[in-house]
Amino acid sequence: MRRPSRLKNPQTEEEQFELRLVIAYALIILMFLTLLARFVWLQVLQHDHFSTLAQNNRISLVPILPNRGLILDRNGVVLAQNYSAYTLELTPSKIADLPATIAKLKKLADVSPRDEKLFKKLLAESKNFEAIPLKVKLTDEEAARVAANAWQFPGVEVKARLFRDYPYKEMTSHVLGYIGRINQKDQERLADEDKTTNYKGTNYIGKTGLEEVYEDDLHGQVGFEEMETDSGGRAVRSLRRTPPVNGNTLKLALDIRLQEMADKLFGDRRGALVAIDPSTGGVLAFLSKPGFDPSLFIDGIDSQTWASLNTDWQKPLVNRALRGTYPPGSTFKPFMSMAALMTHSIGLHDMRGAPGYFTLPGSSHQFRDSKKSGNGVINLQRAITVSSDTFFYKLAWDMGIDKIHPVVGSFGLGSKTGIDLDGEATGVLPSKEWKEKRFARYKPEVRRWYPADVVSVGIGQGFNAYTPLQMANATAIMANNGQVFKPHLVQQVVDSKTGQTRLIEPKPLRQLPYPQEYFDYIKEGMHGVMISGTGRRVGIGLQYSMAGKTGTAQVVAIKQGAKYNAASLAEQYRDHSWFIAFAPVEQPKIAVAIIVENAGFGAAAAAPVARGLFDYYLLGKVPNDLAGLLKTVPMENGEAREESAD
Amino acid sequence: MKSPLIKQIWQQIKEPLDGWMMLFLGLIFAVSMVLLYSANNQSFDKIDNKLAYTVLALAVMWVIARMRPQSVMNFAPPIYVLGVLLLVAVHFKGITVNGSTRWLSLGVTRIQPSEILKIALPMMLAWFFQKYELSLRWWHYLVAAALVLVPVGLVLKQPDLGTALLITAAGFFVLFFAGLPWKVIFAGAALFAASLPVVWNHLHDYQRKRVLTLIDPTTDPLGTGYHIIQSMIAIGSGGPWGKGWLNGTQTHLDYIPERTTDFIFAVYSEEFGLAGNVVLLVLYLLILSRALMITASAQTLYGRLMAASITMSFFVYAFVNMGMVSGILPVVGVPLPFMSYGGTASVTLFIGMGMLMGISNLRRL
Repeated sequence: MRRPSRLKNPQTEEEQFELRLVIAYALIILMFLTLLARFVWLQVLQHDHFSTLAQNNRISLVPILPNRGLILDRNGVVLAQNYSAYTLELTPSKIADLPATIAKLKKLADVSPRDEKLFKKLLAESKNFEAIPLKVKLTDEEAARVAANAWQFPGVEVKARLFRDYPYKEMTSHVLGYIGRINQKDQERLADEDKTTNYKGTNYIGKTGLEEVYEDDLHGQVGFEEMETDSGGRAVRSLRRTPPVNGNTLKLALDIRLQEMADKLFGDRRGALVAIDPSTGGVLAFLSKPGFDPSLFIDGIDSQTWASLNTDWQKPLVNRALRGTYPPGSTFKPFMSMAALMTHSIGLHDMRGAPGYFTLPGSSHQFRDSKKSGNGVINLQRAITVSSDTFFYKLAWDMGIDKIHPVVGSFGLGSKTGIDLDGEATGVLPSKEWKEKRFARYKPEVRRWYPADVVSVGIGQGFNAYTPLQMANATAIMANNGQVFKPHLVQQVVDSKTGQTRLIEPKPLRQLPYPQEYFDYIKEGMHGVMISGTGRRVGIGLQYSMAGKTGTAQVVAIKQGAKYNAASLAEQYRDHSWFIAFAPVEQPKIAVAIIVENAGFGAAAAAPVARGLFDYYLLGKVPNDLAGLLKTVPMENGEAREESAD
Repeated sequence: MKSPLIKQIWQQIKEPLDGWMMLFLGLIFAVSMVLLYSANNQSFDKIDNKLAYTVLALAVMWVIARMRPQSVMNFAPPIYVLGVLLLVAVHFKGITVNGSTRWLSLGVTRIQPSEILKIALPMMLAWFFQKYELSLRWWHYLVAAALVLVPVGLVLKQPDLGTALLITAAGFFVLFFAGLPWKVIFAGAALFAASLPVVWNHLHDYQRKRVLTLIDPTTDPLGTGYHIIQSMIAIGSGGPWGKGWLNGTQTHLDYIPERTTDFIFAVYSEEFGLAGNVVLLVLYLLILSRALMITASAQTLYGRLMAASITMSFFVYAFVNMGMVSGILPVVGVPLPFMSYGGTASVTLFIGMGMLMGISNLRRL
C-alpha cells in the first residue's frame, strides 16, 4: 500500500505547520493562565489560610504509634503481647552538656553501667534530634522523681512506651523470633520499600522469626496529630488527628500446651521437634532446644551477653528445627521403601534374605547389620519394622541413586518446605549432579558418583542431610497418603480494624501419584515398629494406633571392625537419636519428627518423647513420671549404629 | 570610546547572538542570581559555581549559534547513537544514587546521558524528517516512533520518570510539527487513557499509594506529601506582594526541600509574591514568543522542527516545574529553566538556545 503523504506538497505543508504553531502558542498561553489562576488562588484567595499555617509552621506533625499486633496460639493463648512502661529519654541536640546531664540523672534514677553502654551505642547510631532511651522500664518512683525535676533538664523526658513481652520466653524464641531497635540497615531497607513514612517515630521492627516474616501485618499503620506549637517548639493544641491502625493479630496453628509438653519431655537435652497436623500442614509444635530469652535482644544486647550466647557450645541461637541438617538414619527407610516399590525394584510380597552383613561384589568390606544374627528371610514391610540394614543396603545397591532420588525428593526431602519462617536450610538429597557440584573444586575421582556411595545413602547415612522440619513434613505426607501441604505456623490473620479474619488456607500443593496400597503397606510396616519392631517398648499400652520409625544418625565414623561404644566417646561425638511418627494410623491427627542430639538410639531417647507427646495430644494424658517413662526403654533395644561405607 | 580592535571583537562576539533573546536571558539570569543568594542561606559558594557554569554554557551556546544549522544537523545521527549507547552503558556501569542508576563516571566528573537525549532525540527526528521530506510514507512515522521509544524505554528503566517524560515530549513535538495526523494523535491519546486502568491494576500497593499522594498530598503529610504541602504554604503565604527578599520564613526555617534546585520557585514565590510570579511568567512568555517567531521564519524543515521542539520543551519545563511546586501537577524531577541550580541541565538549555539562534541567523543571511 503506497499512499503519498500529505506532507509532499510544500504549500499545504507550510500552512499546516503554521496552523500547528498557532495551536501551540494558544496552548502556551492557556497553560500560563492556568498557572496564574493557581497563583491567584494560593496567594490572594487562600493567602490568609497559608499565612496562618506559615505563622504556626510551627505546626508540627507528631506521629502516633500503632500498637504492635498480638501473636496467639491456636486456642487464643497469648504468645507475644505489649505492655506499657516508662522510659527515660534524652534528645542530644537539646542538651548542652550530655555527660553532666547523665551524671545528674543518675541521682534520680538507677542507671546501670549496662544502660549507659547501650545509650552510647544508640547515640552513635542515631540522629541528634532523636530521643534516645537512657533507661527503660523505670519504676513508678523513678518516673515520678525525674518528672518532678524535669524543669532542670531541657531535652530530658519521661515517656510511656509500649514494650514487647514473650511470656513463654525460651520455649517460643525460635518460632516467634524477636523485635529489636531499627538500625541503619533496616532504615535503608524501609526506604527501598517505600515504608519510611509508616515507621516515623517507630523504634522497633521484627528481626527474626514470625516477628520478621509478618512484620507488615504486625506493625500496623502509624497515625499522626497536627500539633500547633509555639516558638519554642512546645505543643499548644491539637488541630487534627488521624488515629493509628493497630497491627493485625496473628493466630498460629501452634498449640502452646503441646509445645510446653514437648519442652518438658525434652528436658535439658539438645535437639528439635516439629509436629504437624497432616490434614492441614499446620505446625502444632516447633521446638529447638536450647532456646534463648528473646527479651535480651529487644533493647539492644550488650556485647558480653551476645558473646556468651554466641560462643555457648550448645548453640542456643541456632534454630535446629529450621536450619539444623542431620543424616536421617533409619527414619529414611519408609521413603526409601516407596522408591523401591515405585520403581518395581521389589514387590509387595518378595522375600529376601537379611543376614548379619552385606558385602559389595568384589569387595571384602562388610556393611554390618545392627542385629548380628540378621533377620532371616523377610519382606520389605518387615524390613521397615525391624529396621534391617542389610535388607536396605542390598535394595539401595540394586536400585542405584537415580531411582531413589526422584521418589524420595517428592516427599520434600532435600528441598525447602516453604514454611513461613526465614532462613530455612535446604538439606541434601544426594544425586550424581549434586555430588559433581558439591565437590566441583576437587579432582574428578572425588567428584564422581561411585555405585558404592548409594549403599550408605540407602539407610539414611552417607551424604543425606535433612532438617527436622523436612522430616516432619515428609512424615505428614506419608501419613496423609501423599497429600502435600505447605507447612505453616500462622493459621489466621485477624484484621485489627475490621475484625475480619484472613485465613492462611491449608493449601494442598499436590498429591503424590503413588498407589494407595503402597502407602498402606509402608504405613503398616511403620505401625509394626510400635508393636513388634524397634519401637515396641515405647508402644506398650498404647490406646490408639501409632506408626513410627526410629533412627540413629552417626556423628563420627567408626573404623572397620571397631565397636561403637557410647560411654567411651565424648558427648558431642555420640549418635543423634531420631524418631518420626504419626497417629492414629487410620486418620492421622499429628505427625512428628524428633531429634535428640547425642542421645544414642532413636528408640532410646526420641521415641519416648513422641509417645508422651501423642498421649497428651490425643488422650489429654499428662505423663506423671517423665523420668520413669524414659527409663522404661532399655538401651540394648532396637537398632545399633550403622557403619559408614568407607 | 572604544578602540577599533575591541569594537571588532565585540562585533564578532555579538554577531551570532539574537539581541532580544539575550536581553530576556540576561534579565532572568539576574533574577536567578538574586534568588539563589537567598535560597542558599546568603552564601556565595553556589553563586560562584553558577557563574562558572553559566559562562561555560554561554560559550557553548555561542559556538553552536555560529554554526550553520545544516552542519549541526549532520551530527544528529552520531550524537543520537552515542547518547543511546551511553544509556545502555548506564545499565551496566552506571552509578546508583537513591535507587536510580542515572550517571556515568568520567573520573573527574560524572554525566547523566539522559540529558544528552533531550537535545539528541529531537535533532535525530528532525534530521530524519528532513532527509525523507519528499518521500515521506506512513511507515516513516513508525520508524520515528521507534527512535523515540528506544531511549525513553532505557531512561524509564533507570528509573527516571521525569526525564523520560521530557524526552518523550521533545520527540512528540517534532512528530507533531512534522504533521503527525490528528487522527493518530487522538487515537494515541484515547489508547493511553484506555490503558490507564490496566496499568493501575498492575501496580503494587505502594506504587498506587504514591500515585494517590501525588493527586492529594494531604493523604501522606509525613512522607511524599510533606514537600508539596510545605511549598504550597510558602507560595500561599507569600501573598500578592511577597515577604520580601531574604525574608521568606518557610525558606529560612528549612521547610522547603531542594530549595536551590527543583523547588526554587517556592522560594521565589514566597519572597516576591504574585507580583513576582507575574513578572516571571511574562519573562518566560517573552522568551517563548521570541522563540516561536524564530520557529515561524525558519527556512528549512529541519530548522522548523528543531526550533519548534526546543521552544515547546522549554515551555514544558517551565510549566511542569511551576505546576508541581504549586501543587497542580505530580512531583517529578523537572528543573525550572534558568532558575534552578544545576550545571548539566543549564548546559542543555543553552545548547538549545544556541541552536535556536543558529536557525535564526540562517534566516537573516
